[in-house]
Amino acid sequence: MTALLEVEDLRVAYGKIEAVKGISFSVRAGQVVTLIGTNGAGKTTTLRTLSGLLKPLGGRITFDGQPLNGTPAHRIVAMGLAHSPEGRRIFPRLTIAENLQLGAFLRKDTDGVDKDLQRAYELFPILGERRKQAAGTLSGGEQQMLAMGRALMSRPKLLMLDEPSMGLSPIMMQKIMETITELKSQGTTILLVEQNAQAALSLADQGHVMEIGKIVLSGTGEDLLHDESVRKAYLGED
Amino acid sequence: MHDLPQQLANGLILGAMYGLIAIGYTMVYGIVQLINFAHGEIFMIGGFGALTAWLLLPDGTSLLLALPLMLLMAMASSVLVGVGAERFAYRPLRGAPRLAPLITAIGLSIALQQAIWAFYPDATKARPFPRFSGGSIDVGPFSVQRGEIFLIIAAPVCMVALGLFVSKTRTGRAMQATSQDPDTAKLMGINTDRIIVTAFAIGAAFAAIASIAHGLKYGQVDFKMGFIAGLKAFTAAVLGGIGNIYGAMIGGLVLGLTEAMAIAYIENVPGMELFGGGAWKDVWAFVVLILVLLLRPQGLLGERVTDRA
Repeated sequence: MTALLEVEDLRVAYGKIEAVKGISFSVRAGQVVTLIGTNGAGKTTTLRTLSGLLKPLGGRITFDGQPLNGTPAHRIVAMGLAHSPEGRRIFPRLTIAENLQLGAFLRKDTDGVDKDLQRAYELFPILGERRKQAAGTLSGGEQQMLAMGRALMSRPKLLMLDEPSMGLSPIMMQKIMETITELKSQGTTILLVEQNAQAALSLADQGHVMEIGKIVLSGTGEDLLHDESVRKAYLGED
Repeated sequence: MHDLPQQLANGLILGAMYGLIAIGYTMVYGIVQLINFAHGEIFMIGGFGALTAWLLLPDGTSLLLALPLMLLMAMASSVLVGVGAERFAYRPLRGAPRLAPLITAIGLSIALQQAIWAFYPDATKARPFPRFSGGSIDVGPFSVQRGEIFLIIAAPVCMVALGLFVSKTRTGRAMQATSQDPDTAKLMGINTDRIIVTAFAIGAAFAAIASIAHGLKYGQVDFKMGFIAGLKAFTAAVLGGIGNIYGAMIGGLVLGLTEAMAIAYIENVPGMELFGGGAWKDVWAFVVLILVLLLRPQGLLGERVTDRA
């Protein structure tokens, strides 16, 4: 079976500084794959390159059988790759409903969009209650829900989530992780970047550990969770 | 003696013209954080476009009948120059340090002025612009010049249309998203390049409409007219809160009213006799700008800029 997303020897640089130094991994349909690692490991850079916000220096990205070679970001969304960015990045002065509708910007099936809007409100009831409010008035956790809901509104083949638990209270973090588990059980394919390695590996089929621009260790979520070096470096055990 | 209602009317008319031009500064700034200092020249070129249309028409054509064609030509010339400036001067500099596009804008402003001076026939001095003949019309307590009626109709129509466009249409929504967070807008599937072009085009079209109002009011166009009009409109945009389209209009009206009031009343204030009259109106306009910037730096309708979390 071929992969939905295939990344081969991807390299990305900011000016002369190479942030991603040749990584390869793949995501198959229905899988949850996670990239874990410390700050500056190149995880966010990888996602931003996949969604077309950054241009790769080299390597190959194939999504759904199509090569992504400098394809502009707005075309990549159209192909079915949605990205919920780091720091949530909701549109603060637009309402919650408008934010969600922008997630479906390219869709022409009005009925389907309305249905998915209802689905988003079911998944996150708080968003439904506040749909007319400016998104900037939401708490951090609620904004994260909005960012995820917005990404889902494009009906993506692959959902990329960048640090969904960042800066959240433990309760809110748990809620977000539960939602990701729910999305997984519904068959959503997810590429998850997390600093909370414990949570990410517990629900991932595949995990990759990144360190300064390289993948240093790969395995199933289960394997990595029990790997001694991972436990030492990322799960705070000695 | 200057009567107050008349001065208010004069101020509002002048202000509506500043406001229409200010839309172009504010929309472009709202989306690409660029002060397009060539916008005054885009306004000026609209005036020459309208004049060209008038000159191409046979002698004796009624101005009222010529107006739609003049409007079309003005808008076409301004939009062409505005969109061309974006494509060939500013777009290559996107992502460059802020100073580079700013200097480009100033350079472009001078280049456009000089291009008209050098290549438009007899444009080294002001060229007469057609005006409506006949005296002013009395509307209640106000007396309005015939040429000003164009602006009195055009300005509100433009503002309502723009407001509806931005808040109700798909492209308008995309425009708001792009101005709030361009990278994330791309992730929604918005072609932000096209949104930026749209912002330049709308701003240029509004400036073209203002240029006709300007021509009809003053009866002339000249290659330098974009400088002071542009400066005033930029002031209006900052006054209202740059990036906010309603702010641009309100800033324009406040500025226009300030000038009208200063011309009419400052000289009656004891001790201020020397600072009244038309000669000092620009000074008073900028005094208001300085006061607003001191007391409310984000402008009248602007939002306090906060760092993104």
